Amino acid sequence: MVDRLLNRHGAADGQADDPVATVWAHVQQARNLKRPHTLELLKYMADEFIELHGDRYFGDDPAIVAGLAKIGGVRTVVIGFQKGQDTEENIRRNFGLPHPEGYRKAMRMMELAERFAMPVLTFVDVQGAFPGAAAEERGIADGIARSVGMLTRLRTPVVVVITGEGGSGGALGLAVGDTVVALENSIYSVISPEGCAAILWRSGEQSHQAAYAMKVTANEQKDLGIIDIVIAEPGEGAHTDPAEMARRIKEVVLEQFEIHGRLTPDELVDARYAKFRPMGPFGLAEQPETPPERPGCAGWIRGILFRRPSLPQFPGTRRAAPANREEV
Amino acid sequence: MPVRLPFRPRRDAYPADLWTKCPGCAEMLFNKQLDKSLRVCPHCGHHFRIPARTRVAQLIDSGSFAERDGNLQPVDSLAFVDLKAYPDRLLAAQLSTGLRDAAIWGPGTMGGRPVALCVMDFFFIGGSMGPVVGEKITRAGEYALAERVPLIIVSASGGARMQEGTYSLMQLVKTMGIVERVKAARIPYISVMTDPTTGGVFASFAVAGDVNLAEPNALIRFAGDRVSAGTIGEELPVVPRAEFWLSHGFVDRVVPRAQLRDEIIAILSMLIPPSVGGQAESAAPPLARGRSILSAITGALGADNSGESRAVEAGQSRGENSNG
Ligand SMILES: [Zn+2]
Repeated sequence: MVDRLLNRHGAADGQADDPVATVWAHVQQARNLKRPHTLELLKYMADEFIELHGDRYFGDDPAIVAGLAKIGGVRTVVIGFQKGQDTEENIRRNFGLPHPEGYRKAMRMMELAERFAMPVLTFVDVQGAFPGAAAEERGIADGIARSVGMLTRLRTPVVVVITGEGGSGGALGLAVGDTVVALENSIYSVISPEGCAAILWRSGEQSHQAAYAMKVTANEQKDLGIIDIVIAEPGEGAHTDPAEMARRIKEVVLEQFEIHGRLTPDELVDARYAKFRPMGPFGLAEQPETPPERPGCAGWIRGILFRRPSLPQFPGTRRAAPANREEV
Repeated sequence: MPVRLPFRPRRDAYPADLWTKCPGCAEMLFNKQLDKSLRVCPHCGHHFRIPARTRVAQLIDSGSFAERDGNLQPVDSLAFVDLKAYPDRLLAAQLSTGLRDAAIWGPGTMGGRPVALCVMDFFFIGGSMGPVVGEKITRAGEYALAERVPLIIVSASGGARMQEGTYSLMQLVKTMGIVERVKAARIPYISVMTDPTTGGVFASFAVAGDVNLAEPNALIRFAGDRVSAGTIGEELPVVPRAEFWLSHGFVDRVVPRAQLRDEIIAILSMLIPPSVGGQAESAAPPLARGRSILSAITGALGADNSGESRAVEAGQSRGENSNG
């Protein structure tokens, strides 16, 4: 699939094997509005689905849907991001960008799942939390933090399926699970490629480069150990055969429910904690402590002495930067 | 005003190593004086950003901080290159700050009470949180949990570190995981948000304190200007600073720097029951099986332990602990 897009993209600039273009084609595929979202997938996956609404504090967020489902006979709580498939629905669903109410509804549903001994299935497809004023002032940061926190201790199995965009903290609010699954053409990143480019390249036009640098594709994320299972997409991508896509997801999800369902709640929570606890590599320098003094000449010399051999030398940066004075 | 000599160029009137211009009121401030006032402008109250070690020295009992895990070193696991290669950025930050990454943590005492303190440093790549920062916060929390001492985290961060990709994002999970466990164990967690506290740091441990404190005028927000560039969404009518969050219910108290240490000590003394059983009690869970609720109310957590051996002298800047 990506190859096909790549060829099209590559033909335009005569570089069929440009890795940056390949990744960008993948990003566009993950964002394809025709891709099946939570409700479309549930149509195929669930024997029954009863959508529930509202966060009980403020409102109902149409960008996150949730409810009770029977999937392959298993009573399940399903929570997922919901983009629209056309302009009208997209406007109604705020382009799938959630407000804090969405995460508070999600937490309400997680708590329900725990009390009634139902596993949780989440579908993740979001560029990020809504960046506007309403979301900020009602505490989008608090909503995400609490949702992530609740998932780290929820005493029932949680399976996450990233179906399109796994964008930043907004995605993470529903993406902490015992198993994290991703569809082949999905992406997962700490910030949207556009946001990354705007900050690090100071130009949104470098988003292709940013996507490449962040290793956003599902398979790259699997190699990094962030994603556990990548599900191949049928035909030309999930949107070309949603029924088959749903069937493949259902098979994996039911298998994972079964595996995690064998554990006691204590074992389950411990295992989930142990899964995320080691994520993110770091090194150990030989020097036990960081140099205590404020920078200056001594700090500069110490920096040279303490430098890790793994860090290449960049002579241009050797000069001691100005001390910790505030910007004026 | 220093005398301006005719043969000296004008820009030398206020050498940058001696003077700092206040962005709040444009006064020229003598650096030594500014350090004495905890780097708060004596004219307008502007709170300057301060390095992590300075913050530690301002908060902790003098000489009681013992830095842990100072040897944790960031790695370039994605071979990340933007306008600069990531190792280049790391090296520059390490040389200019004397830190290996954007946070330091260690046990220490505040008002004689043992605590686990983790402080972020905005001068190290914008205080961004990658695996090392996340690990230090998590280890501070694990120490608080094991030793049953309060957890105090001072945030100063632009958010998750993009150069370490989703590994940085996973630090939100790690840190919230330990915060949940600290809170479940009835160990106090005080979050102090300083200028700035944004992005994934605000949206994880920083917003999740039992008590959230913030320094005056500190910028605190989830979505940054440049993050939301290109996406829809109207701007907030005001820049969301500490006082905004106080009125919106996400910050408990806005505390000037000069009172921060005393306020933290006062809050801890409220949350932690007084000791009845002496020093050994500090290691016992307050609601452990077999103990009555009354004993938990009257005894336990975090008794005073003067002369604690683990609180050894560590390298911190001298003369900055002017809270006494
Ligand atoms: Zn001033």
